[in-house]
Amino acid sequence: MSITRQVTAVAVGLGLVTLAACGSSDDGTSSGSSKTVTLVSHDSWAVSKGVLAAFEKQSGYTVKVLKDGDAGQAVNKAILTKDNPQGDVFFGVDNTLLSRALDNGLFQSYEAKGADAILPAYRTDEDKHRVTPIDTGDICVNYDKAWFSEHKLTPPESFDDLIKPAYKDLLVTENASTSSPGLGFLLGSAAKYGDDGWAGYWTKLKANGVKVVDGWEQAYNEEFSGSAGGKKAKADRPLVVSYASSPPAEVIFADPKPATAPTGVATGTCFRQVEYAGLLSNAGNSEGGKALLDFLVGKTFQEDMPLNMFVYPVREGAKVPAEFTEFGPQAKDPETMDPAKIAEHRDQWVKSWTSLVLK
Amino acid sequence: MDIARTEVTKARGAPEAAAGAARRKGAALRGALLALPVVFFALFFAYPVAAIVARGLHVDGVWRLEQVGEVLGDSGIRHVLWFTFWQALASTALTLLIALPGAYVFARFDFRGKQILRAVVTVPFVLPTVVVGTAFLALVGRGGLLDELWGVRLDTTVWAILLAHVFFNYAVVVRTVGGLWAQLDPRQEEAARVLGASRFAAWRQVTLPALAPAVGAAALMVFLFTFTSFGVVQILGGPTFATLEVEIYRQTSEIFDLGTAAVLTIVQFVAVGAILAVHAGTVRRRESALRLVAPETTARRPRGRGQWALLGGVLVSIAVLLVLPLAVLVQRSFGTPGGAGLGYYKALTRDDSGIFLVAPIAAIGNSLQYAVVATGIAVAVGSLAAVALTRRDAGWLVRGFDALLMLPLGVSAVTVGFGFLIALDEPPLDLRSSWILVPLAQALVGVPFVVRTMLPVLRAVDGRLREAAAVLGASPWRVWREVDLPIVRRALLVAAGFAFAVSLGEFGATVFIARPDNPTLPVAVARLLGRPGDLNYGQAMALSTILMVVCAVALLVLERLRTDRTGEF
Repeated sequence: MSITRQVTAVAVGLGLVTLAACGSSDDGTSSGSSKTVTLVSHDSWAVSKGVLAAFEKQSGYTVKVLKDGDAGQAVNKAILTKDNPQGDVFFGVDNTLLSRALDNGLFQSYEAKGADAILPAYRTDEDKHRVTPIDTGDICVNYDKAWFSEHKLTPPESFDDLIKPAYKDLLVTENASTSSPGLGFLLGSAAKYGDDGWAGYWTKLKANGVKVVDGWEQAYNEEFSGSAGGKKAKADRPLVVSYASSPPAEVIFADPKPATAPTGVATGTCFRQVEYAGLLSNAGNSEGGKALLDFLVGKTFQEDMPLNMFVYPVREGAKVPAEFTEFGPQAKDPETMDPAKIAEHRDQWVKSWTSLVLK
Repeated sequence: MDIARTEVTKARGAPEAAAGAARRKGAALRGALLALPVVFFALFFAYPVAAIVARGLHVDGVWRLEQVGEVLGDSGIRHVLWFTFWQALASTALTLLIALPGAYVFARFDFRGKQILRAVVTVPFVLPTVVVGTAFLALVGRGGLLDELWGVRLDTTVWAILLAHVFFNYAVVVRTVGGLWAQLDPRQEEAARVLGASRFAAWRQVTLPALAPAVGAAALMVFLFTFTSFGVVQILGGPTFATLEVEIYRQTSEIFDLGTAAVLTIVQFVAVGAILAVHAGTVRRRESALRLVAPETTARRPRGRGQWALLGGVLVSIAVLLVLPLAVLVQRSFGTPGGAGLGYYKALTRDDSGIFLVAPIAAIGNSLQYAVVATGIAVAVGSLAAVALTRRDAGWLVRGFDALLMLPLGVSAVTVGFGFLIALDEPPLDLRSSWILVPLAQALVGVPFVVRTMLPVLRAVDGRLREAAAVLGASPWRVWREVDLPIVRRALLVAAGFAFAVSLGEFGATVFIARPDNPTLPVAVARLLGRPGDLNYGQAMALSTILMVVCAVALLVLERLRTDRTGEF
């Protein structure tokens, strides 16, 4: 019967070899020198290599990036691990989730150098400086230009337009309880029609045939006739809740690049999102974290950001790439909402919205 | 347990003392064999899951068990529970209905391309749902084949979910039931017919009883997989359909109500535990002695119109339900705006997108590396467990461990992922940002497949062979090398291959822990799909196609290696 012991020996050996292999080649450990600074973010984080390398060279820090799921997930994970955080700086909590992060004590105070150059409209928490605004983007209805010209119909412009009979059965949006553009669109309608009016608006929108799918990927790639995926899937919804920066992305990520964007933005349907970064409480390398925050609001990063993450800078005078202004004009007067108000109502609104629209 | 008993026997006569010593040695040996699997399971599954559940139910130093009642009393939650249950039942029935003829055809008929086809039908099972859910929409959704032929659209209906479940689980039935069917001696049925039984009576009284436990086991596995279905329901079901798994994800990841998530996790745990307990029972019954013959001897070319029609029918159902969605994926990967071409594949080698810090093509290398390590871990842990479980004197505790090792298949990835975060966060086990976490999570899913493949083969090794070798003076090592290894080697390779394919396709847990500089194939696909633009979408399709081909090749190699087909997968 001691054959089996041989098996044990072989297998345990295998296991040890495996573990040893991990030990030896594990380069980036969290309990590292203070020369490494770790940025925790969501999946959409992106930066040009050269820009990050320049920061590393100038500051002497090595930046390690940890992408931790979609926006909501990344925030939740950061809160769960706040006593023993995975990194030093968290980037990517937006105004819809800001209160969850602040109430849970996710961040410590630090006023980034250069924060005074941030446009006043985006500043928040100015007495405590727990978060720093980094970028902004608008959640807006996008339309398929070809579809509308083919059907000789003017694309909608505003929230009010969307409930008109001419646009019946054309819009697809996302589940407000599982998708951040879906939630943004709901908040936009609440900002526009008020605490008492938004439910009535959605009743009309539902009667006008709005379709709800679970996530942005399905809405944009499968249902929206203007996207690359949608064209292949013979999608039949020419209106989708997406971002103001989606049309430029359709140009930039095309080969060959078209002369003009295949999609446009209904500028009167926008809700403004602001994304913040902060120094994590209990950060192992708070000096490095501070330097990283300074870098995030600095001009170089702010100007590099748009084409990587498809958002707008918050810094005054930061240049916006030509593709943005050419293919996707920024909304002139987007809906906004105070994070405190969002915190107060979000859960109740989402609940009411779910029973109103999905049931 | 066994040790206590041997203490008593010690005082008796010499032969009994020897027997007692042998038994004690056996128990100690089993303990040694199980040590690694137990530690692995406890550290990387039980502890993290318990930690996250406790975090949800233990708030401010008080256990909030009244939440269980509150959550279960919620009508929305009860609706989710009911849907989870009935769609799993319906999916299982439909899968059996469509796949059982397939199992018969693969078992009894010989036809050209059978090996390739068997690999092809297994590809969906190891592909991540995020990849095929998209392609499946092209079949049953708007503008899909059904739509063009008959104007039927099934997207966001429950039919899309059920058909996708057939797509994913077809191989479970073909492999579990078909594997055994191929080894049943057809002469037994023929003998019954010679003795005057009708064809149906012979089948019902001879083949069916032998097959029933395998059908039961397959049905339970399909039920388990569909009960915990996540990606399929999320992509095809739209926001109105949610399974327990989807709801746990939503509560944990979006709403951040850990209390509700913890209660739901416990509910799913209990349900999955019950399924596995029943499953363990059927597996044991299945192992009752059946006279098995080599599969090559039972399959022959179809004869007569009826058999050819059956073969044809099965091939058509496979073509429509399984091959077509995969073909759509391939077609889209070549469908560049400028006509069919390799544009999307070429784009995979560029690293200027900023999404990954590396070129998407690097995901292939990452995936392969992770899968190799995950396979090593899964094979080490799984084969040790299988060897320990083989021993006939194994008590219920050990058999229970068999079922326990299957649990990771039925517990939501988000629970495990969040559990990893809060449980494995201190040295020496601060693995949160270590790359080893990915293969560990993948191995968790691979172990059950290794155990299920190895166990039947190990049990079939005649103990007398080992004893004979030992009596003739062979050292234990030599006995293992000359008796066990030749018999087990193939099973070991097959198990490794399957663990490898499953690791390649694993998405749920990986997406929680993969780092940006080394994404796996499924993670890269998901991230590309998460961005607008033709090139991103096309690259996602191209990467999916590559993943599919890699999985298919791995499975095809398995087909060549595989001789014994009593294993379950």
